[in-house]
Amino acid sequence: METLPGKKPLIRLAYRPPNYESPLDYFRTPLTPNDEFFIRYHLSDIPDVDAATYKIAVGGDGANGQTELMLDDLKKLPAYEIVAVNQCSGNRRGLSNPHVAGVEWGIGAMGCARWKGARLKDVLAIVGLKPEAIEIAFNGADGPAFDKTPDFIKSIPVWRAVDESTLIAYEMNGAPLPHLNGFPARLIVPGWTGTYWMKHLISVTALTKPQGGFWMNPAYRIPVGMFPVVARFVSQENATSTPITEIVVNSLITSHADGTKVKAGNNTVSGLAWDGGYGITGVAASTDGGKTWAAATLGEDFGRYAFRPWSFAFKAKPGKNTVMINATNKIGQTQTATLLFNPAGYHNNVMQNITLNAA
Amino acid sequence: MRTIVVAVIAALVALSALADEPTVQLKPGPGLDKVEGNCGACHSLVYIQMNSPFLNAAGWNAEVTKMIKAFGAPISDGDAKDIAAYLAANYGT
Repeated sequence: METLPGKKPLIRLAYRPPNYESPLDYFRTPLTPNDEFFIRYHLSDIPDVDAATYKIAVGGDGANGQTELMLDDLKKLPAYEIVAVNQCSGNRRGLSNPHVAGVEWGIGAMGCARWKGARLKDVLAIVGLKPEAIEIAFNGADGPAFDKTPDFIKSIPVWRAVDESTLIAYEMNGAPLPHLNGFPARLIVPGWTGTYWMKHLISVTALTKPQGGFWMNPAYRIPVGMFPVVARFVSQENATSTPITEIVVNSLITSHADGTKVKAGNNTVSGLAWDGGYGITGVAASTDGGKTWAAATLGEDFGRYAFRPWSFAFKAKPGKNTVMINATNKIGQTQTATLLFNPAGYHNNVMQNITLNAA
Repeated sequence: MRTIVVAVIAALVALSALADEPTVQLKPGPGLDKVEGNCGACHSLVYIQMNSPFLNAAGWNAEVTKMIKAFGAPISDGDAKDIAAYLAANYGT
């Protein structure tokens, strides 16, 4: 654990570039406080951005014009709020078996916040999109330590960019974004994995051709057809791989770590469930390894992109007990019983089955 | 070499707002100096420990190649061989 400026202690995976995950006990509320939110960077040159001189360049060959927006310009646009999960594509990579190389995340490369900002579609409307625009690309102020290293640049399809939920956010849980979470403004793509949520956003570029570069291909790709995802990124697809898009339905027991001692008798296990924005409709729990299931009780609904809290009461018998969980979303998707192995360790939504020892 | 030194300084300046970088002591062995000088120019050496002992010699070689080809790391062929050999010997399966 390490305490960075403005943060509570986080689990350090690496200092440079900084990658820190939140421990399990920070997930006992459906909104993750800013100082408990995970940190993920690909490149280590992370400047302190001055909000007074900060600008976002908007343009590109797929736009009719170009402009520069200061933070105040952004704040003059109509403001919207959305509660949404920001989850790293590689969350739980460290649990992959067989092992895959990369940042070995546990369960905590995610968080859920109330984001406030301008709609990206309103920003794009200032310059106007050409009919032939196919992708919108984003760059942040952070960059590589060495100038030959590819800068972290990401794009999303136009249809996703103009979705009403896609924001350029300048507030997180009612406060400015922490430096290491993208101050002064970052992209919010609710339902899609964190790779698209560009921090320290400095450019928005409309493209008539697909964005190239290491971070679009080969990075952040999943095998075609492996996962039950609806949202496609057609302009970036090839015969074997496609960009990761929406978050797969998932859940986490947050009240108890695996192996926790409890008292025999009545116990309540609780946690969170989330998905790519269809909305959680149920969480099932099993105390017999998946033979029979009972419905957990869902808690407060902060919207379809948010963590949905749930709780499940059961009677623990003396000795070993197990609790297994499986979330369902509005389009009927559930979690996987066995790992869908892929070389980058993405989309790990294997149902948890924890042991509780009762005495 | 000068570019590497410049890169290190840039990285340190950029991160000066954070706490001091924790020292990562890798296992002693032939090639360690090249690992520290090359790999450590762009990222914490903890990334090596993090992916140990899961990678075999071929896996470590692929990682070194990726750093050169995909990330543009200015590592000479000779250093790249020494680095891959060090990683396989000390952090390999």
